[in-house]
Amino acid sequence: MNAPVASPYTLPAAETKAMRHIVSILLENEPGALSRVAGLFSARGYNIESLTVAPTEDGSLSRMTIVTTGSDDVLEQITKQLNKLIEVVKLVDLSEAPHIERELMLIKVRATGKDREEMKRMADIFRGRILDVTETTYTIELTGTGSKLDAFIEALDKAAILETVRTGASGIARGERVLKV
Amino acid sequence: MDRATKLVAPEISGAEILIRCLEAEGVEYVFGYPGGAVLFIYDELFKQDKVKHVLVRHEQGAAHAADAYSRASDKVGVCLVTSGPGVTNALTGIATAYMDSIPMVVITGQVPTHAIGQDAFQEVDAVGVTRPCVKHNFLVKDVRDLALTIKKAFHIARSGRPGPVVVDVPKDVTGARCRFEYPDAVVMRSYNPTVKGHPGQIKKAAQLLLEAKRPMVYTGGGVILSDAAAQLTKLVKLLGFPCTNTLMGLGGYPATDAQHLGMLGMHGTYQANMAMQHCDVLLAVGARFDDRVIGNPAHFGSVPRRIVHVDIDPSSISKRVKVDVPIVGNVREVLDELLKLLDGQAGKLDQRALKAWWTQIEQWRSKDCLRYDRASAIIKPQFVIEKLYEVTGGDAIVASDVGQHQMWAAQFYKFDRPRRWINSGGLGTMGFGLPAAMGAQFAHPGATVACVTGEASFMMCMQELSTCKQYRLPIKIVNLNNRYMGMVRQWQQFFHGNRYSQSYMDALPDFVKLAESFGHVGVRVEKPADVEPALREAFGRRQDLVFLDFLTDQSENVYPMVPGGKGISEMILAEEL
Ligand SMILES: Cc1ncc(C[n+]2csc(CCOP(=O)(O)OP(=O)(O)O)c2C)c(N)n1
Repeated sequence: MNAPVASPYTLPAAETKAMRHIVSILLENEPGALSRVAGLFSARGYNIESLTVAPTEDGSLSRMTIVTTGSDDVLEQITKQLNKLIEVVKLVDLSEAPHIERELMLIKVRATGKDREEMKRMADIFRGRILDVTETTYTIELTGTGSKLDAFIEALDKAAILETVRTGASGIARGERVLKV
Repeated sequence: MDRATKLVAPEISGAEILIRCLEAEGVEYVFGYPGGAVLFIYDELFKQDKVKHVLVRHEQGAAHAADAYSRASDKVGVCLVTSGPGVTNALTGIATAYMDSIPMVVITGQVPTHAIGQDAFQEVDAVGVTRPCVKHNFLVKDVRDLALTIKKAFHIARSGRPGPVVVDVPKDVTGARCRFEYPDAVVMRSYNPTVKGHPGQIKKAAQLLLEAKRPMVYTGGGVILSDAAAQLTKLVKLLGFPCTNTLMGLGGYPATDAQHLGMLGMHGTYQANMAMQHCDVLLAVGARFDDRVIGNPAHFGSVPRRIVHVDIDPSSISKRVKVDVPIVGNVREVLDELLKLLDGQAGKLDQRALKAWWTQIEQWRSKDCLRYDRASAIIKPQFVIEKLYEVTGGDAIVASDVGQHQMWAAQFYKFDRPRRWINSGGLGTMGFGLPAAMGAQFAHPGATVACVTGEASFMMCMQELSTCKQYRLPIKIVNLNNRYMGMVRQWQQFFHGNRYSQSYMDALPDFVKLAESFGHVGVRVEKPADVEPALREAFGRRQDLVFLDFLTDQSENVYPMVPGGKGISEMILAEEL
């Protein structure tokens, strides 16, 4: 059988090694700015692992944190394309230097019988806080890096997890470096 | 405006503010089409005569005409359409301008603010649907923001890497009133494109150019857009290097000059593509190494060469090809700086190496890759373009549609000056030609404007013949009628086993009668001997639009051709088939 003819339209994809990056963006706090960033990622086929955004102490600016994976070439394009967006004021790839990353998770777990005590113990080990208690459930707040939150989920019995909600990572540089206008 | 006048300045409507803003921007023509959401604006247009409105027959035509007006003149093109279908019809034209970085401001009507989101009559999320194909867009929700937004729109459209900007204006905003003051300047903390190139990088580039043994200069639309043709020509002459232009860059360097190797890329000349592949130092100016230009980047990268890349857009640099000396900045300013550094330095060039390189290039050139059968009894499309070039003295503005005819026009019409070649390179939009010719004619009322088209492309915007009649535009339409979607047929011949699936144009209109029915002159030309006389006669008619329907060879193909995914030196040449 003949091998399928490669489409004359396709270009061979470059071989690249994908890495995780955390990109922090200061952008004008304007309607539509978020959809422009999200649209850029989908239109150009970049990957978004998580995206968080909220206004800063200066209400005219928002701070966005995007966790993405890509090779160095792709990351270079992502930062250049983001910088091209009219509303983007500044951005930095936090993963290029020491930085702090935190994510918040709220998790509702079944807490009955002998599991109730075990749940409490697990929350303590991971420095979680129990925010809400019913006769059969705990709602726990946990903050940390993504992998710490993953580890917590791993440590629990799957059947005990009723619901989880995670914010996605926020990040800030270590030391005196700041991202500011 | 001083304080006192400001205080007494009367409140005027958003619609009037809009027109006053356009006036302040020096806008001469607005290409548009009315509808419910823009009626206040049309009413204001009616009341004044500074900003002239050109009524097209389809909003796609309005966008293309505004776009080409800009391409031909370097001003910002302006287009005005109504909400809903007005916007969606204009979308193709907006995307066309975006892909070729054309400065354009598109004002779109919108349903009243209170109706937004209600699925109101003729509501479409204009900001949403245009977002991926504009440089930026705005929704104006308060009449007090209107003037500043228009100011920003023009500023963004024309600065940095230019592009279209959409301003969506709800109907109630055009009816609301406030005092008008047009800002003199606009400051945006988030938008400050780099203009000046880095001096250290420019120095490195100059050094590299002087060391070159097999240099090549490759330039694109950026040279045209930044009006840098004079600087480029001076630089290339000073260095004695070979130069090639992309499809978008034609006219950036005089095509009749011996140092010009013709266009490069998928349908570029043998000598341009070979020199591009085998050079040791490449100066890329206002070009972006796109897939139709360098083919397979891996193949291109397989030969070591050092690359200097000058571009206004940082994201164009090292996107498809790694470069050694990136220079972000306005092409004209960077070339000016380079010229300063290289002035009087030509003595340092390795003349012996350059001579050997030129010998090699001339050998490539001697292949005469654009050769075609001049003795043919059927009209060859290339022949028509050659004659068009002769008859117009190489001095016409040529607007083109998309297909084989576009490539032949690019190959055979030698553009010596910028802004004479108007075509949709990035998006490749069929239907662009005729409205583009209109826009160019409005920009240059006295100029000779030709529209090179194919029967399939022409039928995508032929309603604009009516606009041409209304405004007496004496455009000469050169229809290379091969009864095929020729470019599609060519690909099907090469890559799909001669299966001409849906590429034959059956049931074509009688173009002569069609032109006549719109009040124009139509001529059919069937024999090679009649080509030149017909062109002479047509271009002699200074007042009339003449539609020349040339019945051309159905089986002619565009050569050379680099198949998609191949390297640029892997060309199919005419004699190989
Ligand atoms: C709007 C649009 N639809 C489809 C295409 C795909 N396409 C590219 S060239 C071409 C054929 C053009 O035929 P014609 O205008 O007759 O020109 P020719 O190639 O025969 O010179 C087509 C269909 C396109 N470029 N634009």
